[in-house]
Amino acid sequence: MRDPIKLFIIGAIAFIICALFLGKGLTIDNYQFFLSRRIPKVLAIILSAMAIASSSLIFQTVTNNRILTPSILGFDSLYVMIQVLLVAIFGGFSAVVIDSEMNFLLSTSIMTFCSMVLFHFYFKSRQRNIFTLLLIGVVLSSLFNSATGFFTMVIDPDEFTYIQDSMFASFNNINAELVYWCVVPLLLCFAYLIKLANKLDVMWLGIDNATSLGVDTQKLTMHIMFVITLMVSISTALIGPVLFLGLIVVALTRQLFRTYQHQFLLLASALVSIVMLAGGQWMVENLFNFNTTISVIINFLGGGYFLFLLMKHKFD
Amino acid sequence: MITVSGLSKKYNDKYVVNNVDALFPLGKVTSIIGPNGAGKSTLLSMVSRLTESDAGQVMIADKPLDQWDSASLAKRLSVLRQSNNINMRFTVRELVAFGRFPYSQGRLTKEDNSFIDRAMINLDITHLQDRYIDQLSGGQRQMAFIAMVVAQDTDYVFLDEPLNNLDIKHSVDIMKTLKKLAEKHHKAVVIVIHDINFASCYSDNIIAMKQGQLVKSGTVAEVIQEQVLSEIYEIPFKVQEVEGNRISLYYR
Repeated sequence: MRDPIKLFIIGAIAFIICALFLGKGLTIDNYQFFLSRRIPKVLAIILSAMAIASSSLIFQTVTNNRILTPSILGFDSLYVMIQVLLVAIFGGFSAVVIDSEMNFLLSTSIMTFCSMVLFHFYFKSRQRNIFTLLLIGVVLSSLFNSATGFFTMVIDPDEFTYIQDSMFASFNNINAELVYWCVVPLLLCFAYLIKLANKLDVMWLGIDNATSLGVDTQKLTMHIMFVITLMVSISTALIGPVLFLGLIVVALTRQLFRTYQHQFLLLASALVSIVMLAGGQWMVENLFNFNTTISVIINFLGGGYFLFLLMKHKFD
Repeated sequence: MITVSGLSKKYNDKYVVNNVDALFPLGKVTSIIGPNGAGKSTLLSMVSRLTESDAGQVMIADKPLDQWDSASLAKRLSVLRQSNNINMRFTVRELVAFGRFPYSQGRLTKEDNSFIDRAMINLDITHLQDRYIDQLSGGQRQMAFIAMVVAQDTDYVFLDEPLNNLDIKHSVDIMKTLKKLAEKHHKAVVIVIHDINFASCYSDNIIAMKQGQLVKSGTVAEVIQEQVLSEIYEIPFKVQEVEGNRISLYYR
């Protein structure tokens, strides 16, 4: 099957699932109430799916590695640590924990700020090697994990329940106001990536060849890292940590589509991601009656898929 | 013309290239020879802006290297390193088409396509154009990468060990193509090469290096001398004239 046809089919599936979410049981009497609750949820799914898919895709391009996601830089762990610290310092009933808008602003700005500090030191130094950056990320994320572990021991067990919510991604109690805040910045990031798509294609050839072809690889990497930071911070603060999704989505996209063009791949991976995330959420609501979270389903399916890939490569 | 003066690079106080002067004129093939660790590849990658130098200057067409912006330099200077591991599947034509990126930014024009066609004809790989590069032999792959550089159509072409791991036929084909690029299309072709007989037969000028220093540079007749080569490689050399080419014998 040709790539555009596949893209069309996946787009159609994504559309149908989203329509199901919006339209189920809608009548003339109840549509105002239902839609006011459902539109933000579907929008949140679409936005975070897009953000996660495209940030993972371009992260793999600039690191020239097919099994990495931005989570290696410690975004997920930092987010959870921020939540734990807020509870530990201000208590479970404080505004920074309860007020989701305030919490969102705080988490996004801390995450963006920390990444900027890290990138600043990295891009300023003369010996620049992307793997140094990744290694620092790995070290930092285990530091954050340990700190999280420590503070969860220290805090009141009752207050721990507030944190538990933020440790897993969830669409069940999305704040509508927040979702609308995210639309413009995430769409801007996405548009910027589409604009850079041709340069990103050249990055497939490796740093040296890309330099020879006139791409300022250092500058491009820096811009891409900033965009990734923004997209990941916003989506994580919006729905919680699900960066594992990015790995699955990008791997699936690459299995499905032959092309190397980022313009196409960005769109395709976003659609695949919407299908996965919306499908997973549909399972949460209709198969499991809210007894589980989307993270669990994604991690289960994703882990299975990853094992399958490993086994396949082993026997090939 | 590229003029290199006093170029140096050091890693932890150890100079890998030390105060090297060189000229790379248009219309000539210049080979850089020397034993492993002589700094040949480092010199090449500094001149072609892949590695930053610690001291010295590179003048490209009378303008210092650091004053060129990378997009316009890509229309004048291209470079190909020896290992090209690619994580993505491309067809040969798609790969060669990347050579036109500096001109078209990914949106190929009619003119770009004719450059791509001609580059593939030059390297005799037109019949492979729809094959994926991971299905090709090492020689064919190398031809495809060189075709990409040819399609880039720059005045200055830098190649790091283009004959690495290639059989005799592919090596001869590539050297003939490079010679043609220099003579017919008036380009400056600079290669790092280990096979000194290939260097001797196809180069106009040779630069001989050892331990980061320039030992001798000049025409083939000036550098391919028993005494010079023995000094660089630390083994006895015999140089004989065969059909107008200076052939070195060093095998036993």
